[in-house]
Amino acid sequence: MSLLALHEVTKVFGGLIAVNDLSFTVDEGSIVGLIGPNGAGKTTVFNCITGNYTPERGQIRFDGAVITGRQPHRVVELGIARTFQSIRLFSELSVLENVLAGRHCRMRAGLLACMLHTPAMRREEEAAVARCMEELAFVGLADRCHEAAGGLSYGNQRLLEVARALAADPRLLILDEPAGGMNDQETAALVDIIRAIRARGVTILLIEHDMRLVMQICEKLVVLEHGTLIADGEPDAVRNDPAVIEAYLGVDDEKW
Amino acid sequence: MTRTLFSLALGALICVLPLFCNAYWTDVCVMIGLYALLSLSLNVILGQAGIFHMGHAAFFAVGAYTTAICNTLYQWPIFLTMPLAGAAAAFFAMLVARPIIHLRGDYLLIVTIGIVEIVRIALLNDVFGLTGGSNGIFGIARPRFLGFRIVKSIHFYYLVWGMVGASIVLFYGLWRSRFGRALNYIKADDIAAEGCGINVSRYKLTAFVLGAFWAGMAGTLYAAKMTTIAPESFNFMESVIIFAVVILSGGSQLGVLVSAFLFIGLPEVLREFSDARMLVFGLAMMLMMIWRPQGLLPPGPRRYPVATPSAAAAGQGGRS
Amino acid sequence: MEQFLQQVLNGLAVGGIYALVALGYTMVYGVLKLINFAHGDLFTIGAYLGLTLLVSCNLSGLLPVPLAVLAVFIMVALLVALIGFLLERAAYRPLRHAGRLSAVVSALGASIFFQNAVMLLYGARVYVYPDFLRPDFTVHLFGMNVPGVRLLVIAASIMLMLGLWAFIQRTRIGAAIRAVAIDPGAAQLMGINVDRIISLVFLIGPGLGGAAGLMVGIYYGQIDFTMGWSYGLKAFTAAILGGIGNIPGAMLGGLLLGVIEALAAGYIAIAWKDAIAFLVLILILIIRPTGILGERTADKL
Repeated sequence: MSLLALHEVTKVFGGLIAVNDLSFTVDEGSIVGLIGPNGAGKTTVFNCITGNYTPERGQIRFDGAVITGRQPHRVVELGIARTFQSIRLFSELSVLENVLAGRHCRMRAGLLACMLHTPAMRREEEAAVARCMEELAFVGLADRCHEAAGGLSYGNQRLLEVARALAADPRLLILDEPAGGMNDQETAALVDIIRAIRARGVTILLIEHDMRLVMQICEKLVVLEHGTLIADGEPDAVRNDPAVIEAYLGVDDEKW
Repeated sequence: MTRTLFSLALGALICVLPLFCNAYWTDVCVMIGLYALLSLSLNVILGQAGIFHMGHAAFFAVGAYTTAICNTLYQWPIFLTMPLAGAAAAFFAMLVARPIIHLRGDYLLIVTIGIVEIVRIALLNDVFGLTGGSNGIFGIARPRFLGFRIVKSIHFYYLVWGMVGASIVLFYGLWRSRFGRALNYIKADDIAAEGCGINVSRYKLTAFVLGAFWAGMAGTLYAAKMTTIAPESFNFMESVIIFAVVILSGGSQLGVLVSAFLFIGLPEVLREFSDARMLVFGLAMMLMMIWRPQGLLPPGPRRYPVATPSAAAAGQGGRS
Repeated sequence: MEQFLQQVLNGLAVGGIYALVALGYTMVYGVLKLINFAHGDLFTIGAYLGLTLLVSCNLSGLLPVPLAVLAVFIMVALLVALIGFLLERAAYRPLRHAGRLSAVVSALGASIFFQNAVMLLYGARVYVYPDFLRPDFTVHLFGMNVPGVRLLVIAASIMLMLGLWAFIQRTRIGAAIRAVAIDPGAAQLMGINVDRIISLVFLIGPGLGGAAGLMVGIYYGQIDFTMGWSYGLKAFTAAILGGIGNIPGAMLGGLLLGVIEALAAGYIAIAWKDAIAFLVLILILIIRPTGILGERTADKL
């Protein structure tokens, strides 16, 4: 069964239809790419899935349960974590504390336990720090855990967002242009990390403009143009699809 | 490190201060303690969570009046009214905050000012026939603790500052926990915080209600100290002072204490200027902000016991 | 019915004054995102300066009364504008790049400073504008006797608002003010001198506020040094009600608040009128979180 399923999702802003009658599925354990020209509505689709937007019509199911219209923090609790296209780290807090933000929803200490630092609360806190350090080590930032997040390079900030999302124990990880602003070396490392995430059993849905990266790692592509699905399927089939070639022709076809 | 030393020195000074003060200055220090209590609780809302709240005097008033009414009408002992005063203020805060907590910064600011004004006008108009109108309520009893009657300034000094001490310990614990971090995430970027799985509106509301609970308990101490309370003690100006104490503090608890001494102590020190003292006070407020726009003592970073990770532990597909 | 109309007219007169003061809040907010809490006290200064010029300097003896009032109106506006200009330079400009709330505390300090300065200079007592300054004709309108001064106050505030509206919408400088309000950084890149625009706003807003102070003196006949606190709070409420940063919003919010208050005082209870005004504000913000004319800005993700 598919882990995530969008069924006839439509999102309208004012009079503008940003996403039109969109249906696609993401299978458990796969890496799926959502691509399309700028302004095609890819990020809007993400925001509908994560609960930042409520679609006007249609249904989004995660693991069989309808999640349309759920608040974003509920969606994270259910097992969908995300990164942001325009990096949204807590730049004045430390790298470790940024990852702890992702861990927050898996912790249970209540208000009183927090004020009194009960033994259970301390144990949970220690476990959370240890777990977050593992995620930092996973993306290669463990040695910088005490630095302010805002001081990291652009590429490392993207990796930190990935670590923050992973700390929430997601079953589905949504990455919005993870390679944006990275150089070739950083992108190559990112490919390894994304594959390692999948090896941990996490399903991945990503938006990416770097076609080499997309072709390299995705098992399935979903192509949007003007909010409408124009193709989906395996990368090789999609790249030869006439509608896709038409949509990309003259835009950045040299990247193919 | 210097900050730890400074904290210890300040703590020691506060412990012995009344031994060197006459009753008048001890009373001033009791007031400073009450404002410190109010400011510490506002610091959770304004300093930690970044909620623009300029109406803290409203919750202070609800607490003080709860104590006054329970004590004068039903002869409850003062200390028994304290949790009730806190709960009444917290309940009131929950009621008013729920529909408005999502409002953007400056809109929330005026709404919270409006709440103070509504509370003050309601008290002035003798709402429910319980608040005594503009005269307020008098004849509030002195608190008793295990048969010991708390009457003198110095008794109140240690009562109030003891409570300040306990609050600092509890709020410090809060700051160093997932709760405190959640408030900081929300202050920095509420959309990112929500996207990380933090229930933003619930945490904001909880911070608000917790702060109100503390303000309500401070109201009990105020009513017991004054034995007479009136609506004019809970006007907008009180809220402004508490707000200014928190902003000048920079957000750390140590900063709040220093800032409370400056704000409440300064007008007393300026008595020699007599009529001009509030003029100098206003000027000082401007100059202090220009001198330290970020506040006196912003909170330092939280420390986490992290073993230095070795390259071997980094393993699993991570980049070395 | 007659009582209702009288209350509405009464409300429009007070509301016009609220609107003029609210414009100062909203324009400053527009360009600096700062709530200038000292603005209400600039309004007080306007009322006191007006009294000094008219009575102590005896301008009302030297010139025919209407002419003297008009001359003082302009002088007060200019003088208070100057104070506003200096206030921005001294208390706000050094905090331009600090946290927003630091500037708010500085503004609160400035408010306490001005209020006490007025008290020290004039004393703590209530001052009375002499009766002969108030136009004492009445007008028959819809079968009612309406005091002329009420209609004059409404007319004067509406004319000032229309003048400001034309200035903001029709002139190049007005366009520059709007540009800075939308995005100071982009405005700077387009060659607009942002500092100069901010100074200009601190001339216009306080100028209007000072003029409103004089109008209150003539209309009610009584002024005291704490009046800026309550009028300022009301005007700020009006600005929020209309949607802060929005100039027509401030005008609408002011007039609406004045009418709501007058009706609450007339039909419910005068002691509760301020509470009712705030209650209406809270209800409107629950329904429309950005005020009546405030734009809903979508959160950029």
